[in-house]
Amino acid sequence: MIAESLFYLSGAIALIASIMVITNKNAVHALLYLVVSLLALAMCFYLLGAPFAAALQIIVYAGAIMVLFVFALMLFNINSDDIKRESKWLQWQGWVGPALLVLVLLFEITYLLQFHPVWSAEPVQLIDARSVGTLLFGPYLLAVEIASFLLLAGLVGGYHLAKKMPDKDKQT
Amino acid sequence: MPELQLILLIIAMVLILLPTAAMLVWFERRLLGFWQERYGPNRVGPFGILQSLADLIKILFKHDWIPPFADKPVFVLAPMIGALAVLMSFTVVPMSPGIVISDSNIGLLFFLAMTSMAVYSVILAGWSSNNKYAALGGMRAAAQTISYEVYMGVSLLGVVMLSGSFRLSDIVLAQQDMWFVIPQFIGFVIFIIAGIAESHRLPFDLPEAETELTAGFHTEYSGIKFALFFLGEYLGVMLISMMVTTLFLGGWLGPWLPPIVWFLLKTFLLICFFVLLRAALPRPRFDQLLEFGWKWLLPIALLNLIATAAIKLWGGA
Repeated sequence: MIAESLFYLSGAIALIASIMVITNKNAVHALLYLVVSLLALAMCFYLLGAPFAAALQIIVYAGAIMVLFVFALMLFNINSDDIKRESKWLQWQGWVGPALLVLVLLFEITYLLQFHPVWSAEPVQLIDARSVGTLLFGPYLLAVEIASFLLLAGLVGGYHLAKKMPDKDKQT
Repeated sequence: MPELQLILLIIAMVLILLPTAAMLVWFERRLLGFWQERYGPNRVGPFGILQSLADLIKILFKHDWIPPFADKPVFVLAPMIGALAVLMSFTVVPMSPGIVISDSNIGLLFFLAMTSMAVYSVILAGWSSNNKYAALGGMRAAAQTISYEVYMGVSLLGVVMLSGSFRLSDIVLAQQDMWFVIPQFIGFVIFIIAGIAESHRLPFDLPEAETELTAGFHTEYSGIKFALFFLGEYLGVMLISMMVTTLFLGGWLGPWLPPIVWFLLKTFLLICFFVLLRAALPRPRFDQLLEFGWKWLLPIALLNLIATAAIKLWGGA
């Protein structure tokens, strides 16, 4: 019972924080809300019985990727002009399209939940690090390999961008 | 009432940890003085033991100033994140068989997650201060901690492999025959180096290098907020010492003495070692620090991991 209410609480925090991410005009503040949202999601994972996924969610997303985002934003030197420009972009006309699309999704999910409930009332199953590992290197090995291809491509690209260009004057 | 016991334990932990961190400032200054053949703070109370209290009273009565050009909410938030994240990590440290707040099955990962959260404190402090020194310090902190987090995680995987668990009490119990410092010596060294870099202590205190960046990320901070940064740093030293004790030095294991005494003794010796490092080593240049990390520590840590896995596969199991 406590776990259930905690789950809904963290879910609500994740939702509110995500809304703040979109509506906030200051980029760094928006990113901080995104971090909060990711932490709340990690809490949801934990309560659903996936502690390993929760820990990885914090370490990888909230801890590493978001830090890199903040790091990049620090270099942009955001000032009040940017915030003014941002508020110009955030007018109600921009919300119509996404709101319509989300409405369709909402109908879909209410229909599914109402007429084709797929979940079962099984008790929460604990998924620990060992089972995640056996799943990753068993049936999902291909996905892991593809992800490593992507990372390698990113690495090569990063190396190319960061390496020193040969001096043209010296060549000729 | 297990819940009541838990709450009492948490309160006791906080009440012990915070003053100990404050005392550590005095202890470090005295020890540095001893090694540098001078006295250090020896005026307030016997042996100067009340120096931290005097500093605390002074710092509490200082004007809690926020620069007008700073980003106010983030500026206030930043010091709290650091101290809180480090304090949270103490929940998974098993001090002796019964004394642990949460003996979680992802204890080690929780520690890594909280260290990666602590990075925000320094980066946000640097950004929100709106000051070029602070921004440079924050950027250095970001690059340094992100890099050294990687080696920290990789260096710990050998320990996880040998003990077969992320639960810290399991890791301690797996060291009954032999402390992990012997089979995992490389991991031990890398973890200590990464730990110093993570808590940005000397000689890796480049985010706050006072000779070039005035005070780095906390240039604009004063009063109680500055004290929070300081608290976070010294709590970090204690945390890293406790983690090294737990992961590599057998935690509470030891003959004759009660377990908690062994744990505290090992932690204390490690803290002294960290202070000695501060007294003995000069600060590297920033590019040297990152180059050392990526070109030496990472390959060595990976090789150590592969070797451990190979020995585990062919040897035992």
